[in-house]
Amino acid sequence: MNRIKAIFSKQNRALLSELVRTDFKLRYQGSILGYAWSLLRPLMLFIILYIVFVKVLKSGGNIPHFPIYLLLGIVIWNFFTEMTVQSLGSIVGRGDLIRKIRIPRWIIVFSSSISALINLFLNLLVVAVFMAINKVDIYRTILLLPLVLVEVYIFALGLSLFLSAAFVKFRDISYIWEVVLQAGFYLTPILYSLAIIPKVIYQKILLLNPMAQAIQDARWVTVTHETLTIHKLFAGGWYAYIPFILVIVFLIGGLAYFKSQANSFAENI
Amino acid sequence: MDDVAIKVDHVSKTFKLPHEKSTSVKGVLINKFTGGNRGYERQEVLKDVSFEIKKGEFFGIVGRNGSGKSTLLKMLAGIYEPTRGSIQVKGNLTPFIELGVGFNQELTGRENVFLNGALLGFGRHDIAKMYDEIVAFAELGRFMDQKLKNYSSGMQVRLAFSIAVKAQTEILLIDEVLAVGDAAFQKKCFDYFMQLKRDKKTVILVTHDMGAARIYCDKGIMIEKGEIVKAGQIEDVAQAYQRMFNEEMAKVEGVQDGDADRWGTGKLQAVAASAKADANRIKVVVTYEAAVDTDAPVFGFNVYNSRGMNLLEGNTLREKINTKPLKKGNRTTIHWEFPNVLASDTYTVSVSACNGSISEFYDWLNNADTFVVSREGNTAAIVDPPIEATLKKA
Repeated sequence: MNRIKAIFSKQNRALLSELVRTDFKLRYQGSILGYAWSLLRPLMLFIILYIVFVKVLKSGGNIPHFPIYLLLGIVIWNFFTEMTVQSLGSIVGRGDLIRKIRIPRWIIVFSSSISALINLFLNLLVVAVFMAINKVDIYRTILLLPLVLVEVYIFALGLSLFLSAAFVKFRDISYIWEVVLQAGFYLTPILYSLAIIPKVIYQKILLLNPMAQAIQDARWVTVTHETLTIHKLFAGGWYAYIPFILVIVFLIGGLAYFKSQANSFAENI
Repeated sequence: MDDVAIKVDHVSKTFKLPHEKSTSVKGVLINKFTGGNRGYERQEVLKDVSFEIKKGEFFGIVGRNGSGKSTLLKMLAGIYEPTRGSIQVKGNLTPFIELGVGFNQELTGRENVFLNGALLGFGRHDIAKMYDEIVAFAELGRFMDQKLKNYSSGMQVRLAFSIAVKAQTEILLIDEVLAVGDAAFQKKCFDYFMQLKRDKKTVILVTHDMGAARIYCDKGIMIEKGEIVKAGQIEDVAQAYQRMFNEEMAKVEGVQDGDADRWGTGKLQAVAASAKADANRIKVVVTYEAAVDTDAPVFGFNVYNSRGMNLLEGNTLREKINTKPLKKGNRTTIHWEFPNVLASDTYTVSVSACNGSISEFYDWLNNADTFVVSREGNTAAIVDPPIEATLKKA
């Protein structure tokens, strides 16, 4: 209990908020529109996606509110990508601090994760605006959306801790992770509907990936109950819990690896 | 044990240095394949170092570049872990080893104060309260809303120093910050260090400036090639340090000296010295002889009390006395005279001679002569001048 208290001590909270603040100040430094870009950027990307997938390719099939369905998937995936990529380089990128001052190492990874979270919420705001325009009926299940996002965050945090620590020793990690993310993007039903996968067994395998499961669940609670989720697919079998178990395993593994490496960051960077 | 602030117990630090930068998976796989750490070289930067720092001590760590003193400091600050041994710290300790850690050139001075403050453990409210003081101390009022990249390096250091002095931890670590800033700011630093000394703060100063070490420190250690080669009173440590440089120079010049109280390159040596004190004046007379032709030298002397404290020193450079170049075999005698305010004790005098830029010591002779001062009445103080007192009716 005391250790938890120490983790969230006043100093650590102050440092965390200052690092996040700095990150945000620097992000749009020198641009005329400044912070407005954090909303404008997703907005413009969404418009492009909308034109390409909904108007040109018409890949929605018979999914209701497909534009929103698509957007939500992309927003969650982008959050996952942003958080892991930024965390991956965070320890090495902050080498100046690590070599010269004694601060808890995890704060650095944590601060990049918070920056990504803030961006996620700004993106979700934009999604909400589109939902209103698209006249999506609001389900009561939308209250479960935070739970799904927490799952994605924990998954990304476990990976971030592992990646950031491993990157200190092995600089190949960034290239490997880039490839993994690219593959993951297509293995996750983001741009396409899971229903177009011909065999149910393949659908099941794809949904074991926590990201696929989370994105489908997020769509189910927010956009349409016609989304194919892991619960529907496995019909209550225990296999349906595999993605959640994976999330926990990645978190514990990431934490353990980070902890074992943290003391030697200063000399290895 | 209660008065010990830091106890360093048989600490060693070894770095694994890769032969070539092979921070890749392939490099590791190859290493594993070819049998272990072939690509690495182990370098022992610190070897079995032990010492203690007492509470309230101003402690100097001296040594030249690459001696391991910065590694030691990083371990004290908790940035590196010792490979072997342990470091026990009682009380909280400055976490940084450099000023202005985390300063970002793209942020304004104001933003950097908050960022740097947070790194030193302050919340926004704490810093907001101290902000005006910090700015005033740094004398940067007009510049705080400018980006740091528009600051001169001196301004950046002033800002960093002003924040750092606010980090009131029980034990302070300071690494060579004395040599920055202009004269006026150095005066501020000097006052700050003197304040720390008066407040009996525990301070660890890492430096290779023996002048600074002598002024501030009480005790110290000298590190060379990862080992403590001298520990004790700062005067002994500082002398050992200067001696090391001179011995290296002597090796080059081929001059040998077996006298434990004497070191130096021997180009110019004291051949006779006497020190005499009466109740009011002290006289020190030293005769030097040149072994080779030398340019105008600097002559000096120090007076130590029986506890080994360096009480006063004089040299011809400080007193602005012009000396003349000496031909081989020439002798010269210098008479020093100054008021005797010393308390009763036995004093020893060391005499010295060095080149004009004080980079080479020709001769340093400890215990060149002794003198005794005896006065009526006892005092625990170091000086005992005549004191007059008059009482006036209010």
